[in-house]
Amino acid sequence: MTYTFFQEYWWLIVSLLAGLFVMLMFVQGGQTLVYALGHTEQQRRLLLLATGRKWELTFTTLVTFGGAFFASFPLFYSTSFGGAYWVWMLILLCFVIQAVSYEFQLKQSNLLGTTTYRVFLMVNGLLGPLLVGTAVGTLFFGAEFIIDKQAIVLPGEPPVISRWATPWHGLEAVLDVRNVLLGLAVLMLSRCLAHLYFLNRIEDDEIRARSRSMLPWEIGLFLVFFLSFAWFWLTSAGLAVVSVPEAGAGVQEVPCRYLHALLDMPAVLVALLAGVVLVLVGLLTPLIKPASRCGIWSAGLGTVITVVALLLPAGWNGGIYYPSLANPASSLTLANSCSSPYTLQVMSAVSLLIPFVLAYIVWAWHALEKSPIQPSEVSSENTTH
Amino acid sequence: MEPIDTSLIDWSRAQFALTAMYHWIFVPLTLGLGLIMCIMEAIYVRTGKEFWKATTRFWMKLFGINFAMGVATGIILEFEFGTNWSNYSWFVGDIFGAPLAVEGIVAFFLEATFIALMFFGWDKLGKKTHLLSTWMTVLGATFSAWWILVANSWMQYPVGMEFNPETVRSEMVSFAAVALSPVAITKFLHTVTSSWVLGAVFVVGVSAWYMLRGRHTDFAHASIRVASLFGLIAALLTAATGHQSGVDIARHQPMKLAAAEGLYEGGTHVGLVGVGLLKPGVNWAHPEEDPFLFKIEIPCGLSMLATNTPDGYVPGIKNLLEGGYVGEDGLKAPSAEQKMAFGRKAIDALRDCKRGTDGEQTEILRENFPYFGYGYLKTPEELVPPVAATFYSFRVMVILGGYFLALFAGLLLVGKRIAAWKPALLMILLSIPLAYAASEAGWIVAEVGRQPWAIQDLLPNCAAVSKLSVCSVQTTFWIFAVLFTVLLVAELCIMLRAIAAGPEKECA
Repeated sequence: MTYTFFQEYWWLIVSLLAGLFVMLMFVQGGQTLVYALGHTEQQRRLLLLATGRKWELTFTTLVTFGGAFFASFPLFYSTSFGGAYWVWMLILLCFVIQAVSYEFQLKQSNLLGTTTYRVFLMVNGLLGPLLVGTAVGTLFFGAEFIIDKQAIVLPGEPPVISRWATPWHGLEAVLDVRNVLLGLAVLMLSRCLAHLYFLNRIEDDEIRARSRSMLPWEIGLFLVFFLSFAWFWLTSAGLAVVSVPEAGAGVQEVPCRYLHALLDMPAVLVALLAGVVLVLVGLLTPLIKPASRCGIWSAGLGTVITVVALLLPAGWNGGIYYPSLANPASSLTLANSCSSPYTLQVMSAVSLLIPFVLAYIVWAWHALEKSPIQPSEVSSENTTH
Repeated sequence: MEPIDTSLIDWSRAQFALTAMYHWIFVPLTLGLGLIMCIMEAIYVRTGKEFWKATTRFWMKLFGINFAMGVATGIILEFEFGTNWSNYSWFVGDIFGAPLAVEGIVAFFLEATFIALMFFGWDKLGKKTHLLSTWMTVLGATFSAWWILVANSWMQYPVGMEFNPETVRSEMVSFAAVALSPVAITKFLHTVTSSWVLGAVFVVGVSAWYMLRGRHTDFAHASIRVASLFGLIAALLTAATGHQSGVDIARHQPMKLAAAEGLYEGGTHVGLVGVGLLKPGVNWAHPEEDPFLFKIEIPCGLSMLATNTPDGYVPGIKNLLEGGYVGEDGLKAPSAEQKMAFGRKAIDALRDCKRGTDGEQTEILRENFPYFGYGYLKTPEELVPPVAATFYSFRVMVILGGYFLALFAGLLLVGKRIAAWKPALLMILLSIPLAYAASEAGWIVAEVGRQPWAIQDLLPNCAAVSKLSVCSVQTTFWIFAVLFTVLLVAELCIMLRAIAAGPEKECA
């Protein structure tokens, strides 16, 4: 197996973790719906109980995504995290306040009061997907960084390899509407998935009825944002590594960067279409068959496939997955940002544990939730730790 | 080479120290209390007595409150390597990232999956399956400690790597050497066993409070019995691994040992300072007088600690800066100035070797690379870490470690008679903050004592930091300081309330 194979394999793993993370952000979406769907304290507790059993997996997937990116593509890690400082710090702060809120919200003497912790969950639910989506948008549409590996040894220069070209340190990403559209699409998708999850998991007629009545509007907004993003994604010009006769490979702007990438990789194109169809089938299921609880399975699987299929063309086939707007020559490809062959091989061996990990997660979910959550479980002492 | 603004380095260090020290408040209790909880639940499954189930559930409730804060403070640390130490992340990311990724795949998912079963599964799982979930949760936390300590140990003792001039970074050549480095093994064992001690002190301390109040006395006796036996074993293991840790530091980070001992001039038959008071404001690179106001030494103690022989040679700060002594390898140690010259040679060679194509420069780089990081330093004085913080922290850690050993042994000897001795119960209760002080002191010895290095000898902080505005880092520092403090106070309020409420009826 070649070095290129391992690079692409790890891009697949990172994309898969990103896909799982986006799917698991139904937890965040659910947190934003607590007050809209729960009109009584009992119902709010029921909703938070349902997401409270899952939030740690979302959180863990985010942490593992960071670790995997660090291990496989350290130049991205050092450049993006060290440069787009404020975006990543805001994302992290969102997740810090989430981590304590589930545990603390119903505890006596919790200092800040139940409402504050629920507001924390609301903030996490709104800003988490929005900021993550906006940050991921910069993978497609570029960011303001400059890389010079020789800086570490150049006299007269601070020994820093990666720098950010604006003083906003990542916040300027919101000035590109395409990034924001992706953020909004991820936010609305997380809410739609949350509705499907609640329809599947919660045995409360009022909550289910409210969810079904809200869902068409949420789906509509999701489609507006997602299709707008998809249009820009397919039609925008972007940076690509282009071979020029006698000059070798260079970075050039090409029209319809991602449309061409998909046409070059028909299998990924098919996966993308299949993923989108699965998401739509899942979202529309409860509208077509009100009694059905199965929408979450199709939409969840579709989300994972769609995210993977959106990310793969960024890195595969020699693509630029993190374009530099400040200095195109600094743009990141899998080849110029990855770990050494040895490290990628070792990490690939470790990745063989992933199916085992997935297996015990499935077993645990099944063991804990053989049937939907009943309102009576809220008053049970086991609902809080 | 233009230096980075030193206040940026200081604020970046301060932020990492702040977040790491906050995180370290919660981790030891997770590891220690977690294992005690596992033992208690195993007793429940074996005996079938509801008393032990209720006892386990009480400690599990406190575990959950603490665990949430550990998770909240932990996520920052992983990403801070990128946000605040970006040069570091590229320079050693090929090696350092791997343990973090393995930690996520192997440890975090185990923890996150089974903790839900542990908390929510009492009525949904069989007894043995639930016990398995509890053990898996704690095993996940311990695996997590393993991998993060592998990463930390590698920063203190970089092994299993080679520098690649073409990519301008260090690259891993042996995963086994990184994951099973002797320093990593010792650090893991010392850290985990000392966390067990903290967990045991917490349990006996809370139980002592119930005895003082005359409440839940059966529960308190049972908890003390389990925790003091567990704590005694843990304290003995901590002492043994602490000694090995001293040997490792003497070998690989002699400046840290010299700082921890306030040892300016080394020699043979060096005594270990049992108790001492340093003169304030001493310039440790060139002290003009005896830096101690007073000290009581254990004769030959430091030589024994560092070399396992009473007459072993231990270099002091002066010797390490001036060089000239004969090291363990039989070679004359270079001075700090010489090391800095070697480092500058390595950096110049890297610049001139034109991405690894020039064989001669590559060879110069290879020869001088062990001193690469010294090339970024301006003066030898930068090599001296903050001595007072390291010195006092070391004493706090060791003296309290001895106290805990005596405490657990005493509790086992006295047994149930302890209930009648109120001053002792009060002392046991007050031991809880002391356990935290010892734990944080250990962290200070390990991390402050190794300054100025991000990677020992290879990368100082000034070449590891991200290029950010000082204002940005100051702002996030204060955000974390305020947020974590508020959450800590909330956690303490909840914890105290839960303790005041006491265990369930079966234990009353």
